[in-house]
Amino acid sequence: MKGFILSLQSEFYKSRKTLGFWAAILLPLILTLLVFIGFYVKSEKMTNMPGILLWMRFSGAILGIMGSLLLPMFVIFVAYSVNSVEHKADTWKTLFSLPIAKWSVYSAKYLYALFLVILSLGLFALFTIGFGNLLGLLKPGLKFSEYHMEVMLLQVYFKLFLSALGILSIQFLLSLLWADFLKPMGIGFVCTIAGVIMATANWEYDFWFPYASPMMALKTMMPHTKGQNNSQMVIDIFTKDVFVSIVISAIVFIAGYYIVQKKSVK
Amino acid sequence: MVIQTEGLTFNFGSQTVVKSLSLQVPEGSIYGFLGPNGAGKTTTIKLLLNLLQTQEGSIRIFDLDFQTNRKEILSQVGSLIEQPAIYAHLTGKENLLNRAILLQISENRVDEMLELVHLTQAAHKKAGNYSLGMKQRLGIALALLSDPKLLILDEPTNGLDPNGIIEIRELLKKLVSKHNKTVFISSHLLAEIERMATHVGIINNGELLFQGKIKDLESISQPLVRIEANNTVDAANLLSKNGYHVIDVNDNYLAVTYQSKEKMGQINALLNKNGYTIYSIHKVQKDLEKLFLDITQTPNNERLYTIPTV
Repeated sequence: MKGFILSLQSEFYKSRKTLGFWAAILLPLILTLLVFIGFYVKSEKMTNMPGILLWMRFSGAILGIMGSLLLPMFVIFVAYSVNSVEHKADTWKTLFSLPIAKWSVYSAKYLYALFLVILSLGLFALFTIGFGNLLGLLKPGLKFSEYHMEVMLLQVYFKLFLSALGILSIQFLLSLLWADFLKPMGIGFVCTIAGVIMATANWEYDFWFPYASPMMALKTMMPHTKGQNNSQMVIDIFTKDVFVSIVISAIVFIAGYYIVQKKSVK
Repeated sequence: MVIQTEGLTFNFGSQTVVKSLSLQVPEGSIYGFLGPNGAGKTTTIKLLLNLLQTQEGSIRIFDLDFQTNRKEILSQVGSLIEQPAIYAHLTGKENLLNRAILLQISENRVDEMLELVHLTQAAHKKAGNYSLGMKQRLGIALALLSDPKLLILDEPTNGLDPNGIIEIRELLKKLVSKHNKTVFISSHLLAEIERMATHVGIINNGELLFQGKIKDLESISQPLVRIEANNTVDAANLLSKNGYHVIDVNDNYLAVTYQSKEKMGQINALLNKNGYTIYSIHKVQKDLEKLFLDITQTPNNERLYTIPTV
């Protein structure tokens, strides 16, 4: 356990100056900022909208971009970046000749990748809420203060996080095994496109394919309106695709350890 | 024995890279692991550190079995394999601090190491901008950081200038004599190993050709007198007739076995007296290739000499 904590500490220490770390912060900041600017400039068109609709539009604009393409690609990038630090510096050999169990080194690295995804999605939720409220303050005509969707946004992003777990485990293992950027990136990209197609085509078995999960999560979750009552929304976090994503993630994570243990360090 | 392997064999696919290697590295020695590029040195080192899975044979370090005592062994081993593993985006000091986090070592020790390898001035420079020699020194500092009992260094003087090489050599000697460390160092340069090692193992094509104390190697690797003269073939004949052992003759130079300084003077005088013009005469070490030939030509029982237990 001590080895695991030390490894995790070291992951923080060595990656705080890398793009992988800063991307987790900059991506949500830039994306929400851009949508914020868009709303700010076009605010006069929305002055008559009720608060709930404003929030839907604002968060929907961000979520729409995030869910389908950006989230899978971001996860692929994070999985790559935490491993490429070692590939580039040729440090696998030193990591695996430390008096620390290989299991600790491996799981600390995985947990760090997981942390970056949580950090990024958490910031998405935070910035969406923050910039939404800021819009309400700067443009009093926009009735953002009429409605609150903090809890719902957190649920949405939590579901997105769970739905991305399958991709994270698979991409983490691919990036660990291959030093080459193009291989895991290429495979990830093709799978993401395939996932988007599956999810949009409503293929009946799409929930088995982890790369389709984020898109499916968004589709099933985009606030349902029931009957005439617009204020009732249903978010079902633990759907079939989310379960599949979690299970695949756990299996690949454990299998990955056995592969790493048997693998020769170049 | 600090390192002891028996019948260590490793295959990459169908190619046998290490063949039935039986290393014996006594405590307090500088063990020079000598061999040309591609002889299997790095593979052996990776096997010793368990970076490659042992396929055949056994490895014992500090008389402990690796499989059951991995952590215990690795906590006493510092290593530098091939080019040093350094995070280019961190400074030299940050590289050491990162390792210090993992090994729970104080920052003072980090500063000491920087001082030791003369990187204090460059401590806050990005390691990616270091010269090859500086990277190598940082790699050595990383290996020494945990104050290990055993240092395993793979070609540590690669890329160092002559001053750097001398510094590293002196440092390693000091570590062994004053701090009772054991150093296992690989190299493809015979002269380098001869200058610092107490014990030598010679590997070629994955096979151990020789293992023993440095003085036993010296009896095999006798130096030569290399003479550049105007008529090398006739000069060689003359020297042969006068009882000198001619090793090599070609159009440019001839070589005879070195015996002593006085004998070298006598050779010079003899050739001069007989009308040969000598352009140069000097003592040279045998190169590795010739040494290998010599070793392989000696009968088997003489060459695989194992070190008596210390």
